[in-house]
Amino acid sequence: MKIAFSTSGNDLNAPLDTRFGRAAKFLVYDTETQAFTLVDNTQNMSAAQGAGIQAAQNVAAAGAQAVVSGHCGPKAFRMLSTANIKVYTSNAATVAEALSQFQAGALTELTAANVDGHWA
Amino acid sequence: MGTGRNRMIIAVASGKGGTGKTTVAANLARVRGDVTLLDCDVEEPNVHLFISGEPQGEPEVVSLLVPEVDESRCDGCAACSNFCAFKALAVLDKRVLVFAEMCHGCGGCARVCPQGAIREVPKRVGVVETMGAGGVTVVQGRLDVGVAMAPPLVRAVKAHIPKTGDAILDAPPGTSCPVVATLRETDFVVLVTEPTPFGLNDLKLAVEVVRELGLPFGVVVNRADSSDDRVTTYCREASIPILAEIPDDRRVAEAYSRGELMVDALPEYRPLFEQLYTDIVRLLQNPLIAGVARASCPCFMGGTPMPRGALQGPHC
Repeated sequence: MKIAFSTSGNDLNAPLDTRFGRAAKFLVYDTETQAFTLVDNTQNMSAAQGAGIQAAQNVAAAGAQAVVSGHCGPKAFRMLSTANIKVYTSNAATVAEALSQFQAGALTELTAANVDGHWA
Repeated sequence: MGTGRNRMIIAVASGKGGTGKTTVAANLARVRGDVTLLDCDVEEPNVHLFISGEPQGEPEVVSLLVPEVDESRCDGCAACSNFCAFKALAVLDKRVLVFAEMCHGCGGCARVCPQGAIREVPKRVGVVETMGAGGVTVVQGRLDVGVAMAPPLVRAVKAHIPKTGDAILDAPPGTSCPVVATLRETDFVVLVTEPTPFGLNDLKLAVEVVRELGLPFGVVVNRADSSDDRVTTYCREASIPILAEIPDDRRVAEAYSRGELMVDALPEYRPLFEQLYTDIVRLLQNPLIAGVARASCPCFMGGTPMPRGALQGPHC
């Protein structure tokens, strides 16, 4: 399966970004090939609104079946749920640490947004 | 517009909050008397604290038209979400998700849908209330709790600008969409500031906005004292007229805290606001200024430094 991690860096040692919608990019890790690709999300960093929605579209288009980030707001969560993408939160410092938490089954799946939206 | 106008629309704005927009707008309205005072700060209207009156009719409910998708007709082509600049629609796995709280109500999605699957349905955003207070008619917008989309309600408030007779608009603070919605199609903007570093910084931002909109404007310095002259220096160098300076007077703050208008509690301030009104009218009747404003001439827009009071460049 493919897992999308929000990050500001370019490899597994990069920091896990606690923000989903306004993360600079997503590191999409394929557990079968153990390889990853990077998905740019910088268009959302200065978006006036709708960053979470667009970010969810980006990870869906990348074929991810799971997202690991620090937080997930209501609109992003609704998008990800619709796309059948599971959302996990982690307080790991790096993507690699979050990945090992995920593979050890140490992350809990979100059943609802864990932060409020920025609009309404 | 231009000269010979039979009405004048003055907006009172500021980059920084708490500089005295409402104070200036409400006192200006009081000395003018026969005028409509519109509170466009729909997220927290407060004009009514200083000038109130009998409600005139029931509050007018304002709604925005937002998309509703008929899933039986939608084929998931994403024409709507590609069109929407505000991400109010998103398509995932051929399914459309509507985020009505993000919608600005432009109606574009319904127009571009090739299947005719989108219809627009009203979503309430707030109310507009009208009160009669002596000669002053107060109109205020009140955004519903939880609604973030102020501009449509600002436009609904502005629909109450009378066809004849003057109007004074109390703008929201800042420089974002609700402010722009307030300032558009006004005749003159009064930018209220205070002689502090914050006041100056946010004044500069507000000046950029009114210049972009091509509107004639001047500055009122509130809580003026002699300790910080950076605002006056900036205005002089940028050729911005300072229309009035309201002194830093503790009695003004005390009257404010009791919900009293400055010109009622301290009549010695009446001439200041009468003069302010007269000066704005004079500026607008100056054909150079009126023409300059419409043509967005760079000389009025502060292209070259001019002495205080000089409102047009040598070539005008």
